[in-house]
Amino acid sequence: MPFSASDLQAIWLTLKLATATTAALLLLATPLAWWLAHARTRWSAVVGAVVALPLVLPPTVLGFYLLVAFGPQGWGGQLTQALGIGLLPFTFGGLLLASIVYSLPFAVQPLQHAFQAVGRRPMEVAATLRARPLDAFVHVALPLARPGFVTAAILSFAHTVGEFGVVLMIGGNIPEQTRVVSTQIYGHVEALEYGQAHWLSAAMLVFSFVVLLALALLTRRTARVYA
Amino acid sequence: MDLRRAILSCLLLAGAAAAHAAEVSVAVAANFTAPMQKIAAAFEQATGHKAVLAFGSTGRFYAQVKNGAPFQVLLAADDETPAKLEAEGLAVRGSRFTYATGRLVLWSASAGLVDGRGEVLRTGRFERLAIADPKLAPYGAAALQAMDRLGVADALRPRLVQGESIGQAFQFVATGNAPLGFVALSQVMVDGGIAKGSAWVVPADLHAPIRQDAVVLAAGKDNPAATALASFLRSDAAKAIIRAHGYEL
Repeated sequence: MPFSASDLQAIWLTLKLATATTAALLLLATPLAWWLAHARTRWSAVVGAVVALPLVLPPTVLGFYLLVAFGPQGWGGQLTQALGIGLLPFTFGGLLLASIVYSLPFAVQPLQHAFQAVGRRPMEVAATLRARPLDAFVHVALPLARPGFVTAAILSFAHTVGEFGVVLMIGGNIPEQTRVVSTQIYGHVEALEYGQAHWLSAAMLVFSFVVLLALALLTRRTARVYA
Repeated sequence: MDLRRAILSCLLLAGAAAAHAAEVSVAVAANFTAPMQKIAAAFEQATGHKAVLAFGSTGRFYAQVKNGAPFQVLLAADDETPAKLEAEGLAVRGSRFTYATGRLVLWSASAGLVDGRGEVLRTGRFERLAIADPKLAPYGAAALQAMDRLGVADALRPRLVQGESIGQAFQFVATGNAPLGFVALSQVMVDGGIAKGSAWVVPADLHAPIRQDAVVLAAGKDNPAATALASFLRSDAAKAIIRAHGYEL
């Protein structure tokens, strides 16, 4: 068995975090991406830029600000304490929040492109057939944008699995709560446990390759279906 | 010796030093950043040699040296890594020595939380206690030993949050996310006193000494600046700087 018990814990926690993040992101990103795809105000450019920030910011910047903002003196920390959730750093909830922010563009951008590709026309047609906006959205726009949802889900999941800087900054490295695969690998390397580092890294490599391959095959298939 | 000859010989000496001035690249444990910057400046002034400093974690430096990084001197955060490098033939045999011994401190950013005897660990009126990862950082291992000796390790274990280094443990406490934590005295000491918050300097007999060893690496074997730096680290001038930053010798 190349994986120790703590390695397996880290793998399990990582999968849990990535699943929860993906589910939350699909719920959050769908209306946001819809609005970004169709809004004609200057604000949509600003919001679009904010959503894209995690693509260019080093994760340590994100982690650092989350640590300060959600600490007892920060505005976020004051808020979560007032809501009775306590402080978020060093908890699974804190990691989840950080991952949602960190993976946001990976969910929003594919969805936005999919909605733009669908365009206004099908919705207008649905409206002439007396479908209410929500009805048309659920039964017309969503099915048409399906490839976008598949891409968004896969990318959010995979990107969260690969998260490192953010969890290093606000995680606290607690087994079963905040110690994920990437920080586990980092720990193995720093502790000179190169054998264990190799096994986990290789697993990560294979996983990432499979995800990207699956994505490529899926997009090719859907492209054929919609061609 | 008259004045003219004295000046002349001074100039000659300075000229000789400049002629032999060399550069040495030094890998320095992150916790020793502040004193090493001062020591490097003093070293340059005293010998004319230049020390080029890189700061980071000892584990990463080990991996880099093993893979051919051109560091010539290593100032490690522990005594195991230099010994390992020497045994593996990557360091100059017999060049190893302890340049500083770290002191552990229980620290809080808020005044009045940590008492002068560490009783707060027993009364336990706090949610989180930050330490450096005991597997990676000698300060973390020492913190665990001290808690063990005090008989509070099992009770406190669920409240521990671990930074990957002592620098991160400090960050957790400084931002208030952990109300208190075990950090290095050198991180909270300014001009011989605790700069902010409240602290208990953990008695040295509660844990194994946190020895930080230096070693001349194979790449620095024939560099006069490397050997000069190793001896300068043992000079009184360097020792004064090291002590002022909360280390012992």
